[in-house]
Amino acid sequence: MDCYVGIDLGSTTTKAIFMDTEERILGRGITNSRSNYGLACEIASDEAAINARFALLRARIAEGPRARSVMADLMGWLESKFHLAHHLEQVKALEEVSAGIVGRWPDEGERAIYREALATIFARMREAAAPLFRPDAPVRSDFFRDIASSQYLEYTEQLTREPDDARLTFDRLTAVYDRAILLVEARNYSSNYADYLEFACREVIDVEGFRDARDDITAAAEYAAGVEFNALNTIGTGYGRQTLPFPKHQIRSEILCHGLGAHAMFPDTRTVLDIGGQDTKAIQVDGRGIVTSFQMNDRCAAGCGRYLGYIADEMNMGVHELGPLAMQANRTIRINSTCTVFAGAELRERLAIGERREDILSGLHRAIVLRAMSLLARSGGIESEFTFTGGVAKNEAATSALKRLVHENYGEMTINISPDSIYTGALGAALFARRDRRGDMVNVDLNKLKKRVN
Amino acid sequence: MSKQTAQKERSMELQKEMISAHFKRLARAREEGKKVVYTFVPGNLNELVWSFDMLPVHPEINALQSGMRKLSGAYVQEAEKFGHSEDVCTYVKCDIGMLKRGNVGPTGEKLPEPDLLLLSYTGCFTFMKWFELLRAEYDCPVAMLHVPYQAGGRMTPEMVGYVVKQLREEVIPLMERISGRPYDEAGLSERLASSARAEENLVAVWETAKHRPSPIDAYFGGVYYIGPIFSAFRGLESCETYYETLRGEVEERMRKGEGPITPEGTVEHERYRLVVEGPPNWTSFREFWKMFYDEGAVVVNSTYTKVGGLYDDGFRHDPARPLETLAEYCLGCYTNLNLPSRVAYLERAIQDYGADGFLINSVKSCNSFSAGQLLMLRELEKRTGKAGGFIESDLVDPRYFSAANIKNRLESYFQMIEAKRQE
Repeated sequence: MDCYVGIDLGSTTTKAIFMDTEERILGRGITNSRSNYGLACEIASDEAAINARFALLRARIAEGPRARSVMADLMGWLESKFHLAHHLEQVKALEEVSAGIVGRWPDEGERAIYREALATIFARMREAAAPLFRPDAPVRSDFFRDIASSQYLEYTEQLTREPDDARLTFDRLTAVYDRAILLVEARNYSSNYADYLEFACREVIDVEGFRDARDDITAAAEYAAGVEFNALNTIGTGYGRQTLPFPKHQIRSEILCHGLGAHAMFPDTRTVLDIGGQDTKAIQVDGRGIVTSFQMNDRCAAGCGRYLGYIADEMNMGVHELGPLAMQANRTIRINSTCTVFAGAELRERLAIGERREDILSGLHRAIVLRAMSLLARSGGIESEFTFTGGVAKNEAATSALKRLVHENYGEMTINISPDSIYTGALGAALFARRDRRGDMVNVDLNKLKKRVN
Repeated sequence: MSKQTAQKERSMELQKEMISAHFKRLARAREEGKKVVYTFVPGNLNELVWSFDMLPVHPEINALQSGMRKLSGAYVQEAEKFGHSEDVCTYVKCDIGMLKRGNVGPTGEKLPEPDLLLLSYTGCFTFMKWFELLRAEYDCPVAMLHVPYQAGGRMTPEMVGYVVKQLREEVIPLMERISGRPYDEAGLSERLASSARAEENLVAVWETAKHRPSPIDAYFGGVYYIGPIFSAFRGLESCETYYETLRGEVEERMRKGEGPITPEGTVEHERYRLVVEGPPNWTSFREFWKMFYDEGAVVVNSTYTKVGGLYDDGFRHDPARPLETLAEYCLGCYTNLNLPSRVAYLERAIQDYGADGFLINSVKSCNSFSAGQLLMLRELEKRTGKAGGFIESDLVDPRYFSAANIKNRLESYFQMIEAKRQE
């Protein structure tokens, strides 16, 4: 299947979009960005290919007479089980790597204590996995790191509160995790695709009661696994674009990509706000998605996604947990937005004087949006329709603060926030790949990409 | 980009010799009994200073040269030790820091202390404060020429009369007293005539940028071209020679269809023609320039290269009206124009020079330039329909140059121009 690929190498996450020749999205993939952008690019593309296969699988299943009637449920379960298999594989890898780290310690007594503790922690992580990966489970992070961190920290805290042996400490256990997670994240698991799918099909058919649709599921799975993706052109964008071996003409600025991506999602978009990991961009676009002006934060990245990441670390929470907690606020406490480190200090001070975490977090989200509002004003204000993109657009507390401030300052208008907002840059890049007038089709990375996807 | 490197033309050598000779002259000033005047570039009264046989020193030029020589960071921090805030204009801090560290100029020679601080442009409030600080250091007389802002968008006869009155009644008598020489109007007129001839040649150089491809970069190359006329040399024969030579070279390049010279050779493929507003960054000047020429971006007109005179708008020093012409020169400073006049000037530049877009390099510590720049950007976008870009850096504080950030914005900006072209 011919396709175009857009890759957005952000400072926090790397995203990929596969698009067909009619500019329809085939699949989306995302992974944490690491120091190794090449790997992040590869994993995101592989994830997008898997996602594309799921779309094909869905379409094929929908054609099957037996599966069609239970389609929605079935696909929900298949995807959940697929991700469960992937999650369990990563838990296994994390356990192995952690045990390996502890196994190299010189003191035999300490080795035994920590091995036992790790065994307890990972048994609990495995137990906790299945309920997270159900179609009706609450929204979870896209990243293994987020889920694993919060569970590992929680269980470690419980184990070390009153340890049987004083040598078992919270700090040492978390240090093991910090080293191990980096190694686990640096692996590409996409070659396990067939195993995961097989696991998912088996679980769905045997455990979740879709026995009647067995033939449809099996046939569709075989079909989807057999499709080959042939990337005709790839465009890279985002913070890490310069570090990849893309030729110059296959690189686009993320500002142009976000503009075009937002236009593709919401064609009447005139103003775009993108809050990414380390920069915030206010972009004005014309009726064709072409950027007419833009402003970016300078000198300081306070108010960007990393600000939230820092706050999450300060609170020993996953970054994906901040928004939901802030939504439970009774009031919004005023927090400064000019410096991330000061905001962290302010947070600790507020907590110390007994303010509620929810109310403080609500203030932090408002602080981020206030920074963005000033940038929007500098870029020429907000015109309807207004589209919010980037990773922070997934955060409900940030979006509700933004909506309130936009309406207060610019009046009522259409505000677009897509659940896939994090892919806006990659979507723009895929569109540029599709529309590239020069039609360049071959490069080193593409061949590599093709080989892996196939 | 051609493979040739570090192309040296005669004009470059001439300028180097002129600068070197001037700093040597300054180093010998005391032993030769010459009086020294510290003054600023915008609205400078060089011809008047030379006519009293005094030697001019321009602290901003020293600061920018210290920036280019990677010395300014230490000077700025030195000034901060003496209580100057992070937000203060970094030219000031660089100058104060240099003074505190022995007042050794950019060529390595010690600068003489001033006999007079001549403030001939008050549109920049910082200039006044700067000289207040220098007066406290040197305990020498200050001549302050109050120059009214062109709030109404034009220079009135009353304004000119007001400045001439100050020249006649305050500045000239003080200069007579300090130099021990009488005011020599004939000598001044001769120098003004010389200035006008150099100005004529400079304008011819600017005009070549209308040609495609432009043989000059009117910003990065432009700051070298303005060197002699904006600093110590206007009104001197060497200045005239320099501009004659430069004009010859540039017109020759234009005839041959050659692009601008850069530190890495000639720009061979002009992809973007830009008009730039605001001063450049000096501490990473080469790196900043490279971000442009690597992309084939050539600046065809810039406002920074007009801070010492809007000659391309028709101004010439007029030897027949010596004091009036000096007054008009002070009043006509680019930063003394109101925002609508600056917008109108930029609009003309964009149209006349066939620019694809205009870019603002905003410097937060320079209020004279930066206040109102976003409004100017919006207005120009509206009037010309051309792509506007906005980047931020600093004059001579190396801590405020974020290369990755600026490069990201510039690349986005160039791609924006490209996308607009395809519409």
